[in-house]
Amino acid sequence: MSGPSVREVVLGSAVPSMPPRAVVLLGPQRFDPSLNESVTKLGVSGRIAVITAGWQERESEDEELSEHLGGRTVNLRLHQRAEEIFKADVKLKTAHRERQEVLRHRQDFYRIRLEHSLDAEHVIRQRSAPDDILADEALASVEAIRSLDAWHLGQCARVRKDFAERCDTPESPMLAKHRHEVAAQIKECDAIAIAGGHVASLLNRLTLFQIGKLVGSRVVFAWSAGAMAISERVVLFHDDPPQGPGASELLDEGLGLAPGVVVFPEPEERLKLDRQERIELLARRFAPALCLGFPPRSRVILRGTRLSAPQGVLCLRRDGTHGLFDPKKDAA
Amino acid sequence: MTHRHTAIQDLVTHAPDAGKVQTFLSSGKRFPIVEGSSVTFIWHGQADGVTLRHWIYGLESDSALIRVQGTDLFYLTLEIPHGSRVEYKYEVHRGGGSHWIEDPFNPNRARDPFGANSVLQGEGYEIPTWTNKDPLAREGKLEPFGFNSHALGGRQTGHLYLPARFRKTRLYPLLVVHDGSDYLKYTGMKAVLDNLIYRLEIPDVIVAFTDSSDRLREYANDERHARFLTEELVPDLTARLPILDRPGARCLMGASFGAVASFSTAYRYPGFWGRLILQSGSFAFTDIGKRNRRGPLFDRVVECVNHYREEPIAVSERVFVSCGVYESLIYENRSMVPLLDATGMQVKFVEARDGHNWENWRDRLREGLSWVFPGPLMFVYE
Repeated sequence: MSGPSVREVVLGSAVPSMPPRAVVLLGPQRFDPSLNESVTKLGVSGRIAVITAGWQERESEDEELSEHLGGRTVNLRLHQRAEEIFKADVKLKTAHRERQEVLRHRQDFYRIRLEHSLDAEHVIRQRSAPDDILADEALASVEAIRSLDAWHLGQCARVRKDFAERCDTPESPMLAKHRHEVAAQIKECDAIAIAGGHVASLLNRLTLFQIGKLVGSRVVFAWSAGAMAISERVVLFHDDPPQGPGASELLDEGLGLAPGVVVFPEPEERLKLDRQERIELLARRFAPALCLGFPPRSRVILRGTRLSAPQGVLCLRRDGTHGLFDPKKDAA
Repeated sequence: MTHRHTAIQDLVTHAPDAGKVQTFLSSGKRFPIVEGSSVTFIWHGQADGVTLRHWIYGLESDSALIRVQGTDLFYLTLEIPHGSRVEYKYEVHRGGGSHWIEDPFNPNRARDPFGANSVLQGEGYEIPTWTNKDPLAREGKLEPFGFNSHALGGRQTGHLYLPARFRKTRLYPLLVVHDGSDYLKYTGMKAVLDNLIYRLEIPDVIVAFTDSSDRLREYANDERHARFLTEELVPDLTARLPILDRPGARCLMGASFGAVASFSTAYRYPGFWGRLILQSGSFAFTDIGKRNRRGPLFDRVVECVNHYREEPIAVSERVFVSCGVYESLIYENRSMVPLLDATGMQVKFVEARDGHNWENWRDRLREGLSWVFPGPLMFVYE
C-alpha cells in the first residue's frame, strides 16, 4: 500500500464508514464558477444530484447551475420537501420548531460565554510577563475556548439525539416517503453537488434527509456553505460584522464527509487576514484540523483522509500567517 | 503647537478688497472650508455683524464672525475634531435687529420638525452609504395603522413596515419605534431597513412606527403609555401578524424623550422587552433634590431615573445606547451606561461627534439595529 504523495496530506480524523470516492471542496461559484472543471477532472460523466437547500425559497432557481453542469442535474429539493413534510405533519413541525428554539437558546448562551473567553484571551495577550508564563497563559486561553466549543457541540448533539428519538421512532410517514424518494434519486446519480447559502438551513435539511448516509461512494462537490456543512465542524465567522468585532463561533457538527478540515469560504472578504493574532487563534483553536480558506476558483480534493491537488486554497497557520495551502508544508 | 495655514489667512494677509473677495468666493471652494481639523465658516453680505449659531455643547453657542477689514466678508475659523458633523445657522445682525438664516454657500441641509439647519461635514465625516436608497434592495411595505387605546383614551396611529419578502407563514421579530413619523421622515428609516435587510445585516423584521399627539407628557415616564405599548399594541399586532413571542424578538426604540419612553416602559415591564435602542436619551437625574436644572418637563423623568439609579435591575437583555458628544445629554448617557451594564444586561454604547439631531440618530441605526437584531450575515455563505 503506497503512502501519500508529496502533494497529499493525511488527516488524523476518523473517516465515515463508507467514504465517498472523493470530496471536492470549492470556493464560491456565484460569479465565476469553476465546478465543471472539477467535475471533468474527477471523471464524473453521469447525472449529478444537486442540493440548493441553502438558497431556501430560491431553491428551485438553479438554471445557471444546471446549465453550467451541462443539464445533467437532478435537484433534490430538500428545502421544498421539508416544507411539504411540515405542512402535512404538524406534530413533526412542532417538534422541529421546539428543537430549533432550544438550539437557538444554546447558541445564544454559548456566544455569551465565548465572547467573554475571547475577551479574556485578548486581555491576557496584551499583558507583559516572562515569556514562559505568557506561553502557558496563551495555551490556557485557547484550551478554555476549545473546551467551551466542545461543550457546545455536545449540547447540540444531545438536542439532535432527543429530536431523533422523538420523531424517527416511529418515523413520520411523510418524512419516510420523502427520504425514500431522495434516496432513489441519489441512487441514479454518480455525484452530489452541494451549493452554498444559509448554512444552518442547509445543514438542517441535509440532516433531516440523512444525506450523509446516502452518499455512498459517490463523488461529492461542495462549496461555500455546502463545504462547511459537510465538514466535521461548522464555524460561523465574519471579522467585521456591523454589530461589532465578530467572534467566530461553532454552529454544530457537520456531516463529517470532509474530516480534519475547517472550511472558511471567502476568507479575503470575511477575515482580517492581516491580523496575525486572529489567524493564530483560529488555527490553534481548531487544531489539529486544518483551517482552509476558499476564495473564488479555489479547490482541494479529499480522498479518504488525503488532501490533494490544491488550487488557490489558503491555509491559516498556527503561527498567525497564511498562504497558499501546500500539503507538504502544512502537513500536521 | 503648530498652526495650519488656511485659505482665509491667505486672503486676509494679502490686502483684501471686494475683487479679491469675489475671486475667493468663486474659486470653487466648498463652504465652510474644511482644511484638516480647521474649519472656516464664511458669510458674505451687508450686515452689522454675524454670529455662528450651533448646538455644540461645550463651545460658545454665539461665536461672532470676524469681518475682513474693508469688505462685506465675515469669517470664523474653529478647530473641529475629525469625523464631526455640526448643524448650524447664521444670525445676521442689521439695524439693531437680527434674523437666523441657513448658510447660503453650503448646500448641505438637515431637516427636522422645526425646519432645517445647515450642516458642516467635518474632515472624515461621510454620509453612510446604507442610508441612501439602494436600487438592488427590495422595498418593504409601509401601511398606516390605528386602533383605540383604553390606556391612553384615544385613537393611536402610526405606520407598519412589513419586509419585502413578508410571508404569513414565517415569524418575525417586532420593533416598536417612538416618534415613528419623524424617524421615517428625518432619518429615512424605511430605506435603511430595506438596505440592512438586503445586506443581511438585520433579519426580516416587522416595525411599528408609532406617533404621539402629546409626546412630552406620554413619553416622560407615563404608566399609561407603557401599558398602551405592552398590553395593547403588542397583543393587537401579534393577533394580526406573525410575530415571534419572546422577549429577545421584541425591541423598543426611541430618541430623546422617545428613549425615555422606551426605557421607562421596559422598566415597568421587566423582561418583556428583550431589546432596547436608546438614542440620546433625556435621562435627567439629580444627586440631591428632585428638580433637575432642565425644568419641570423633566420631573417625571428625574423620578424614574433617580429610582433606577437607586436600585438598578436588568429590565431587558440587550441594550444599545448612543449619544452625540456635542449634546449636553452626553453626561446623562455616560452616567447611565455603567448602571445598565452592571445589571448583567448586554450593553453597547456608541458616542459620535454629533449633536442632538435626527441625522445623528440616522447614522447610528446600522450599529443599533444590527446589535439588537443581528442579521443572517454570519450564516450565509454563497
